[in-house]
Amino acid sequence: MSALAVAATVTDPEMPMLTLVDLGVLRDVAEDGEHVTVTITPTYSGCPAMATMRDDLRHALHTAGYADVDVRVSLSPAWSSDWITERGRRKLKAHGLSAPGPAPTGPIPLTLVPTRRAIDCPRCGSAAVRLTSEFGPTACKALYQCTDCLEPFEHVKEI
Amino acid sequence: MESHDLDLDHDSVYDGLLGGDPSQWAFGTDFEDPLAGVDTTIPAGVDGATLAAYCLMLGDDALVYAHRLSEWTSNAPDLEDDIALANIALDLLGQARLLLARAAAADAGVVPGLPEGSPVPAEDALAFFRDELAFRNVRFVEAVNGDFAVTIARLLLFATHRLALLQGLVPSVDPVLAAIAAKGVKEVTYHRDYAARWFVTLAQGTDESRRRLLAGLQTVWPTYAELFRCSDVEAVAARQAFGVDPRVLEPEVDAVVDHVLATSGLERPDLPPSGTRPLGREGQHTEAMGHLLAELQVVARAHPMGKW
Repeated sequence: MSALAVAATVTDPEMPMLTLVDLGVLRDVAEDGEHVTVTITPTYSGCPAMATMRDDLRHALHTAGYADVDVRVSLSPAWSSDWITERGRRKLKAHGLSAPGPAPTGPIPLTLVPTRRAIDCPRCGSAAVRLTSEFGPTACKALYQCTDCLEPFEHVKEI
Repeated sequence: MESHDLDLDHDSVYDGLLGGDPSQWAFGTDFEDPLAGVDTTIPAGVDGATLAAYCLMLGDDALVYAHRLSEWTSNAPDLEDDIALANIALDLLGQARLLLARAAAADAGVVPGLPEGSPVPAEDALAFFRDELAFRNVRFVEAVNGDFAVTIARLLLFATHRLALLQGLVPSVDPVLAAIAAKGVKEVTYHRDYAARWFVTLAQGTDESRRRLLAGLQTVWPTYAELFRCSDVEAVAARQAFGVDPRVLEPEVDAVVDHVLATSGLERPDLPPSGTRPLGREGQHTEAMGHLLAELQVVARAHPMGKW
């Protein structure tokens, strides 16, 4: 198995249905003989999952026989939720999470009313949803509730 | 049958729980450089010592304020706000880590000395082993939280200022600082919206919420001007085009704050600024800072050889 194929199997520690490729965090895998250099980019500056991702990548590659693994960080361009792949978005929905819409671009408006997102309940598909909090159990998620089926669910934020 | 002394089997009852596979620990088994693989060469025309001093200022603002906000964890008015304030603190802590690591990479001389063989990385040494006089954060961020309304008033001013500052740093000639800023812009946008919405909500809520918000605004207002005072380091940083002169941010920040005040039906407090110099940037802090650092640093200082 190529180093890229091995690295592509590693999953996000908080959302294990997503691989680091689905999440858009895995930026590059360079194989040079025995030596493998993996480049990842942090989703949020303070995301504690980064250390686990790094360890999991190293562990998976060591197990696959790559002894010399270097995991590097790329800060620029900054990660965007737009980098979550189509497959990643389908998996999020299948696991009861709502996928992000397009990330904002251009001048940053001050938003004094709750952000309106055109999202559907991942359980029943209703568009009647209510934002309960812009901040959730991890840095990348907001909290919603469906006002039809009452299902509470997490929405991966646009960033 | 041989007696089996459990106490002798392991030094700690937790040893061996994972069958020797250390990859399962949530935070890894080793310290890692948050700038691993990032080119930290100092750009031409930039003085490394000034770049380090500047990154300490911005990193310390984020670190100290993150600590203050984290004090709300399990104490906020409701669960959603508990989570929100903890998330904001976590974002700022992440920014602080990158900025302190950037400071250490630009000038290793800023990092406090630790016993030989200590595994503590540079950014942790800066956070946990510097004395109060070496911290360069504005006094604005070290003050005690007060009630929720004081916290919201302070967070609105802080996040509005920091968003303008980070946007100003995106074109920095230091590509590392520029990248840290570009990432932070996306995060602080959410912080500012959160604070602004709560500000308006408290202002337009009950008599009691409005009274408390007004009191909160008056508490934080005299120190607001400190955010726009320019220290010598910031003046050089702006001249060398890797940093921002805080004075240029004032009109933009004021415009946003005035918009929130107008929406809230409030006026700017008629209170004079406290002091005229950026004392926090010079290492002169208030009494609150010592208490904050004691709690922030005590565990790390007790174990300078510790691995976490």
